[in-house]
Amino acid sequence: MANQYDIIVIGGGPGGYVAAIRAAQLGFKTAVVEREHLGGICLNWGCIPTKALLRSAEIYHYMEHAKDYGLSAQGIGFDAAAIVQRSRGVSGRLNGGVGMLLKKNKVDVIWGEASISKPGEVVVTATKKPAMQPQAPAPKGILEPGTYQAKHIIIATGARPRVLPGIEPDGKLIWTYFEAMVPQAMPKSLLVMGSGAIGMEFASFYRTLGAEVTVVEVLPQILPVEDAEIATLARKRFEKQGMKIFTGAKVTKVEKGANSVTATIDDGKGGSQTITAERMISAVGVVGNIENLGLEKLGVKIERGIIVTDGLGRTNVPGIYAIGDVAGAPMLAHKAEHEGVICVETIKGQHTHPMDKAKIPGCTYCNPQIASVGLTETKAKEQGYDIRVGRFPFVGNGKAIALGEPDGLVKTIFDKKTGQLLGAHMIGAEVTELIQGFVIAMNLETTEEELMHAVFPHPTLSETMHESVLDAYGRVIHI
Amino acid sequence: MPINILMPALSPTMEKGNLAKWLKKEGDTVKSGDVIAEIETDKATMEVEAVDEGVLAKIVVPEGTADVPVNQVIALIAGEGEDPKSITAPAGGGAPAPKAEAAPAPEAAPAPQANAVPGDQAAHMAYARVDQAPAGPAQAAKPDGAGQQARGTRVFASPLAKRIAREAGIDLASIQGSGPHGRIVEKDVRAALQGGAKPAAAPAAPAAPAARPAQPPALAPSMGADQVKAMFEAGTYEEVPLDGMRKTIAKRLVESKQTVPHFYLSLDCELDALMALREQINAAAGKDKDGKPAYKLSVNDFVIKALAVALQRVPAANSVWAEDRILRMKHSDVGVAVAIEGGLFTPVVRKAEQKTLTAISAEVKDMAARARNRRLKPEEYTGGSTAVSNLGMYGIKDFQAVINPPHGTILAVGAGEQRVVVKNGAPAVVQAMTVTLSCDHRVVDGALGAELLAAFKQLIENPMGMLV
Repeated sequence: MANQYDIIVIGGGPGGYVAAIRAAQLGFKTAVVEREHLGGICLNWGCIPTKALLRSAEIYHYMEHAKDYGLSAQGIGFDAAAIVQRSRGVSGRLNGGVGMLLKKNKVDVIWGEASISKPGEVVVTATKKPAMQPQAPAPKGILEPGTYQAKHIIIATGARPRVLPGIEPDGKLIWTYFEAMVPQAMPKSLLVMGSGAIGMEFASFYRTLGAEVTVVEVLPQILPVEDAEIATLARKRFEKQGMKIFTGAKVTKVEKGANSVTATIDDGKGGSQTITAERMISAVGVVGNIENLGLEKLGVKIERGIIVTDGLGRTNVPGIYAIGDVAGAPMLAHKAEHEGVICVETIKGQHTHPMDKAKIPGCTYCNPQIASVGLTETKAKEQGYDIRVGRFPFVGNGKAIALGEPDGLVKTIFDKKTGQLLGAHMIGAEVTELIQGFVIAMNLETTEEELMHAVFPHPTLSETMHESVLDAYGRVIHI
Repeated sequence: MPINILMPALSPTMEKGNLAKWLKKEGDTVKSGDVIAEIETDKATMEVEAVDEGVLAKIVVPEGTADVPVNQVIALIAGEGEDPKSITAPAGGGAPAPKAEAAPAPEAAPAPQANAVPGDQAAHMAYARVDQAPAGPAQAAKPDGAGQQARGTRVFASPLAKRIAREAGIDLASIQGSGPHGRIVEKDVRAALQGGAKPAAAPAAPAAPAARPAQPPALAPSMGADQVKAMFEAGTYEEVPLDGMRKTIAKRLVESKQTVPHFYLSLDCELDALMALREQINAAAGKDKDGKPAYKLSVNDFVIKALAVALQRVPAANSVWAEDRILRMKHSDVGVAVAIEGGLFTPVVRKAEQKTLTAISAEVKDMAARARNRRLKPEEYTGGSTAVSNLGMYGIKDFQAVINPPHGTILAVGAGEQRVVVKNGAPAVVQAMTVTLSCDHRVVDGALGAELLAAFKQLIENPMGMLV
């Protein structure tokens, strides 16, 4: 039967398309419903295009500092439109790649908005959203709206920017990441509300390219999920770059001018001040897309905007599953991908374990980069661990000095009793590429012994990881 | 979230059990302490008590299910404010939660402190061990609980799992791994700790690598069910599934006969004095208001007491084999074989040498009754250095019993009967019984066994000796 599938995945983001490919690998007849862009926010409006933007900013930064490396560069400048065009091109290329991967795995793509009419049935209607540029028109070989059957329906509809009442993004003066990703011109000044990964990446991008940037964070530290010590170091670096940062502060009012916004900021200590900036970015988190899917009618359990699952993707309604952002924090692409795989393998009847959320790494690609996995020092203490903490600064690492990147720190946290690596927190050049070493270590349940006995290649930045572990046990060499 | 009720570990060695019976239905309200189910372990039937309150939302493992692994979710309790009807799947995907919903396992050992060194020192000591231990086979000498090399087969476990097992003194070989390819991960060791895994014997004892037992030689596997069935015409037999007790009996006694070098000593004991004394003692028993005597000693009660006292007189025979050493018992803990429907139990009378005959009699009676109802606790039928098996009531004259490991001996008791014997050159009629002592030659040699049996005979024939 043409409209009959084993598995239909609603949403073609990193969670959805990976789940679909895994399902196809396991022999399921599989379809993905997508309304806008294969690859989801991550690939089209999130992770990937921001990395392209940040890469332009990074190279610009190096050009400005060419002298430090004995090089000369004159007439340094940039073309905002070209930077954006490159970023869009990167997304477009990968977006096409996802289409090819699905095709290769014989996963059908149904174009439109999906809702679950009853368990086992998905009704797809024409999408209201235009297909994204440069992808338009929608990929070839797609199926049209209609009614489709599937034994298993996986909801992977992702998330959208959270909106604070009274500070609604208008797309012109108050941006979300969508507009911030494709500026028509560089704003001279920018107010960033929210200092999570999204806020800080844009703050870093625009600051590097010369904008006056002010960051307002309601919590006591920037990068609130990161270790306090790392966040403090990051703040110092950002401030040194010229950013203004308010923590424990709140944007209470925003007035829009002709080509600027004026925000009133309550500094949390009883004072308030106003800041005028050309543009403002609202980066106060994301909320799951759980509406218009028919979940209420089906009785799918939802708590605080999150679809409740059993850790293996199963909701309380048999045959309906949820993965990725809609299934709860951390709302990260790699978490969604992994959940998708677990969910499909569970459907297949394979022996699966719920994901250990304590071992999901997080990366922020601002300058300096920040990466972490596991518990922060504060959390570890809160959980009652007696801990050992190791620290190693980049300044003690030969490769870091050679690269001209002496600012950085690797912090490791061990359970004193068992030697279990509880957390690793890094700031500095390329740490987003380094963190996986600790991720693997944690997932293999290594203790400090194995990490100390492992030989790290010299000269690399990764030696800072080794030294941090050594430091936790009083055996550090290079400081 | 619903609360998972997990298959409890009722004894330290329990890996799986049978869910015998649900005493609560789905939808029933349960309070802390309510008995919700009965679990049949290898020998006993135990009750599972609820720890949490709520409504029994879902029975995951139906009654009558055999071989349910420890820590598997067996049922779900809806917590406060939860709709029990909405609960269909185990919370947390059925992964073993740390909280085992069991009546406290009787032998649940707290994490031993033997290897635990506080704080910094521990970490450094762990280091010293690694740095100083010579590489290669010598490492097998490490007396850690995780000494997988010492066993001859490699146990795959994560470094953290090994570390925690070592600190807690748990033998990794006793743990089932749930990681990739059966690798033992942290969770498994934690679950074993929760489930009351026993620390490996004397983790701090000096290592004796040379004395480590070699693996018993591989034994020829017995025939499979299909091979056996092929020898009989279909329909001429009924297939009886094995319950936990039958499996245990089969496993333990095959192990005993294949690994314990048995030899047997028989002698006859005259019972006239004992029967007279027994009659006297029983006649002296006070009667309750229904006219029932307060006690009624059996010959077997005397046998137990006599064996207990004999073991004290010949202490070397009061021993069990422990692979690289012999454990010489201080007290006489004597097992008593009790036949029950479908098998047998051997509850142990502890410190029998100190107990009066009436105390022994009452204890055996109580344990036998509970054995028949499969209500014995595991600790009531473990341990002991010997056992008594009495088939006299069936008229059996003499027989040889199979030693119940780790016991060093077992005494097989035949029927008391009138026999004609030669006394002072003339035939005489006496009451007599034949007893046969099976000995584990690794602990009890021929002369030692004979000495024990002689002491036993002396007590049986002069029974006043065991009263003083």
